[in-house]
Amino acid sequence: MSIIILFVGLLALIAGWWLARQRLAAKPWLEEGALGEFPGTEATALPAVKVGLGVFLAVVGALFALFLSAYSMRMGLEDWRSIPTPGLLWPNTGMLIMSSIALQWAKVSADRDDADVTKVCLVAGGVFAAGFLIGQLLVWRQLNASGYFLAANPANAFFYLITGLHGLHMLGGLVALERTIEKAWRGGATDQVRLSVDLCAMYWHFLLLIWLILFSLLTGWADQFVEICRQLLT
Amino acid sequence: MVDVPLGPAGLVPPAEVEDVELYHPHSWVTKYVFSQDAKVIAIQYSATALAVGLIALVLSWLMRLQLGFPGVFSFIDANAYYQFITMHGMMMVVYVLTALFLGGFGNYLIPLMVGARDMVFPYANMLSFWLYLLAVLVLVASFFAPGGPTGAGWTLYPPQAITSGTPGGQDWGIILMLVSLMIFIIGFTMGGLNYVVTVLQGRARGMTLMRMPLTVWGIFTASVMALLAFPALFVGAVMMLFDRVLGTSFFMPAMVEMGQQTDRNGGSPLLFQHLFWFFGHPEVYIVALPAFGIVSDLISTHARRNVFGYRMMVWAILAIGGLSFIVWAHHMYVSGMNPYFGFFFATTTLIIAVPTAIKVYNWVLTLWRGDIHLTVPMLFALAFIVTFLNGGLTGLFLGNVVVDVPLSDTMFVVAHFHMVMGVAPILVIFGAIYHWYPKVTGRMLNDTLGKLHFWVTFLGAYAIFFPMHYLGLIGMPRRYHDVADFAFIPASAHTLNAFITVVALIVGAVQLVFLFNLIWSLRHGREAGGNPWRATTLEWQTPTTPPPHGNWGNETPVVYRWAYDYSVPGAKEDFLPQNHPPIAPATAGAAP
Amino acid sequence: MAIVLALVLVAVGSVLFHLVSPWWWTPIASNWGYIDDTLIVTFWITGAVFVAVVLFMAYCVFRFRHKPGQRAHYEPENKRLEWWLTVVTGVGVAAMLAPGLVVWNQFVTVPEDATDVEIVGQQWQWSYRLPGPDGRLGKSDTRNITPENPLGLSKDDPNAQDDVVIEGAELRLPLGKPVKALLRSIDVLHDFYVPEFRAKMDLVPGQISYFWLTPTRTGTFEVLCAELCGVGHPQMRGTVVVETEVAYQNWLKEQSQRTFARLNAPEK
Repeated sequence: MSIIILFVGLLALIAGWWLARQRLAAKPWLEEGALGEFPGTEATALPAVKVGLGVFLAVVGALFALFLSAYSMRMGLEDWRSIPTPGLLWPNTGMLIMSSIALQWAKVSADRDDADVTKVCLVAGGVFAAGFLIGQLLVWRQLNASGYFLAANPANAFFYLITGLHGLHMLGGLVALERTIEKAWRGGATDQVRLSVDLCAMYWHFLLLIWLILFSLLTGWADQFVEICRQLLT
Repeated sequence: MVDVPLGPAGLVPPAEVEDVELYHPHSWVTKYVFSQDAKVIAIQYSATALAVGLIALVLSWLMRLQLGFPGVFSFIDANAYYQFITMHGMMMVVYVLTALFLGGFGNYLIPLMVGARDMVFPYANMLSFWLYLLAVLVLVASFFAPGGPTGAGWTLYPPQAITSGTPGGQDWGIILMLVSLMIFIIGFTMGGLNYVVTVLQGRARGMTLMRMPLTVWGIFTASVMALLAFPALFVGAVMMLFDRVLGTSFFMPAMVEMGQQTDRNGGSPLLFQHLFWFFGHPEVYIVALPAFGIVSDLISTHARRNVFGYRMMVWAILAIGGLSFIVWAHHMYVSGMNPYFGFFFATTTLIIAVPTAIKVYNWVLTLWRGDIHLTVPMLFALAFIVTFLNGGLTGLFLGNVVVDVPLSDTMFVVAHFHMVMGVAPILVIFGAIYHWYPKVTGRMLNDTLGKLHFWVTFLGAYAIFFPMHYLGLIGMPRRYHDVADFAFIPASAHTLNAFITVVALIVGAVQLVFLFNLIWSLRHGREAGGNPWRATTLEWQTPTTPPPHGNWGNETPVVYRWAYDYSVPGAKEDFLPQNHPPIAPATAGAAP
Repeated sequence: MAIVLALVLVAVGSVLFHLVSPWWWTPIASNWGYIDDTLIVTFWITGAVFVAVVLFMAYCVFRFRHKPGQRAHYEPENKRLEWWLTVVTGVGVAAMLAPGLVVWNQFVTVPEDATDVEIVGQQWQWSYRLPGPDGRLGKSDTRNITPENPLGLSKDDPNAQDDVVIEGAELRLPLGKPVKALLRSIDVLHDFYVPEFRAKMDLVPGQISYFWLTPTRTGTFEVLCAELCGVGHPQMRGTVVVETEVAYQNWLKEQSQRTFARLNAPEK
């Protein structure tokens, strides 16, 4: 459980940093008056959706941190047999990185009001992401074909479960991306397009980060790290 | 902090914010069924939760009948009994208390109390309710599924939960339970994002964090905790579903099931318990913190006095919220986990008692030198303090690892958690309903019926659960369909069990009076006016009552003061609403 | 006003109930009297807090209930009072926690001279295994379980051959000798619970948990399962007999034909 504790601790630090600027030690009964005298205590200028996405990503992060906690606890038991890393995961990872880069590019060009480049980048990001998902499905088929069935070993089960869950989040992101592309194509208000692109890019980078962590874990690079965590726990 | 009183500020003219951004419904269906108005969603959530609560209440009657009069009701066999306790527990904890406090009170009160027009994501908010309803339907469907609902106990511990020795373990019961929980969690996440982000981004001008009523603080903190804790239950549910349906071995060890070797291997039942309680312990505070917040406001309003030590109250909420994530394994002292964990978790658990105790002191000190109006909400608030104090103190028995050893899995535990997270929060819910019903409907609830409801509920609930601790002290185990024929359990204990059952039936029955009151007062209650309790918080200052969609008409309120300006020296009335402009410079900021 | 009476009644009634009601713990039969002592300390501290707070509340309601023309006193906070209360609470909590942790340390530290006894749970009965003359329990694995080998002992382990297997009968323990109970389950979670011993612990399939005790009183005690283990949970009962060393040794001799080797002999 140390991974989720670390994650929650990180969130607590962020929350603490924010709260520290909210004058929690003020004596509110002495502070009659309008807002202007208490700068920084109002809602931030960020759009609500962006804050909402941030909170949502914290939830998603907690979900994956919990899976990884479970993973690290379960792998310490004796029947664990790690699976070989399917080679296809490398191009898949490349695809996801490309997708993330494309969306970052889209964000930059949206900020510059370059509508054409934005559209191209958005579509490219979507295509790469779809490629990643198809690649992941192929990995599943390969593993299944070589006898690494879901129920055969907890390592297999975790692999399918975690990659599946990550894929589902990606799929949800694609739906949002599709709507953003529509919006960009219709040429709606640039502010709205810019915000949507910004949110997509943010989500994509986060899923990429999660994937890189998962990947390093599933390929065994992080085994040593997990081993340390497990020893701390037991 | 410098304690220099800030001078009165110039009046800021209220902003003319037209509520164009909201989607205003045009048909009956979009207004009352698929509504995006947080207040309608709140009522939908509350009504559904109360309906589930009624089912869970009947289930508790059935199991009490079996415990009080074993064997008399032949249809309550062991299978049925375990199904009843499981469904009662899960329904009450998740589908009633969590849904009511966050989905019900959260939705109604957050936008109104912070001066927003609505939640920030109304569409997701609407989806949240419909997913909740779907989750409830899936859960209730398990009563009609082959094999009936699951009887694994509300903790759903594997391997037992998914094996054939448990009702519903190899049938549909456990599957429907897990699926329902997953739907609930997805739905809750949509709602929870709303509650959190509305507090962060939707506050009216002038509503600094330290001016927020404690109700908002409690619900806000609980929502943040729920967003982080529910994923643990989600992960546990997904993995158990895989174990049950796809034959994986996340939690399933090598085992012999009914004399047959299974093909499972190596799984860890303790892993599930860690996940479950990583959710389960914060869950206690997810229910308790909104209750803390609401009860603070009830006491303050009806004692006409500011909440004593507001800052300490806020800090305590935050401290409890943070600490509650590192105490979960105190539910697992005798689970067979590494016993050395006991030192750490006993310490953190007892530390959390300190901020909790501060809250109790401050509630009581709010009464001191107050002007106490013994209204029905106030009575419920006082009863809450008694039952919460009692339940909290018995928590010190169970949190202290070595004292927990003889008491764990006995009726002492049942008595403790019912007192602290059953009776106490439900008393707050009742008090809150009596308090805010006039805002929701424009009419007061009937006072006489309210007092009848209060007296039977408070004294009855105490008479049920206080003696129950002593059954546990004898050693009477919990989750026993039948406790007859034990030499160490004296006959008098069985008499006590019968007494508890009779009281439980009475207390349950009096809830019908409450339901009647809710419906009857809709038409026949006394007209309430906009602010019947003469309260300071923003929800009582709406231009019309009940508030329409958008809450505030053309101008959102501007906040000039904290939520607790009661009986301020120099002020004419004994309350100053939060949007009341600063009064004369001489008295503004009159320090104690 | 009725509420004032009710509050007083609750405070005084709870104390009276505690003092005069006939419901109290079973007489202890193990060395864990310290657990009972810690519990008593906790009762005193929490009881005092409960009575004090509830009575104070009753007084406040009585004294400051609404009268025409009355106005509440304005005092947002009182830092000194709050810190003072915090410190007192902290001391009270420490007074319960400290003895608790000391006793817990004893609970998890098994004495060197404790004899092993294995307790095996299954739906829905208790079985036991004693180490036999060599004083060691042999290896076991759930996978080895067959109708002839109900506890799944390893046939290859010499230590297992003289282990005494007691299936569906009572467990006997010698008076005054520390016993380390090794707990194992072959299906779901169980919990070995003897109210008079105070100690209890879950049996978890796939691992071995433990607790220890020294029986201090002869007699026959009931064994219960304290962790929900399916529909037969309340029927999972047994007995444990604590007897003098002499009686115990005699019984142990009688059990010598129930060693693992003998039980499996006919097949070989």
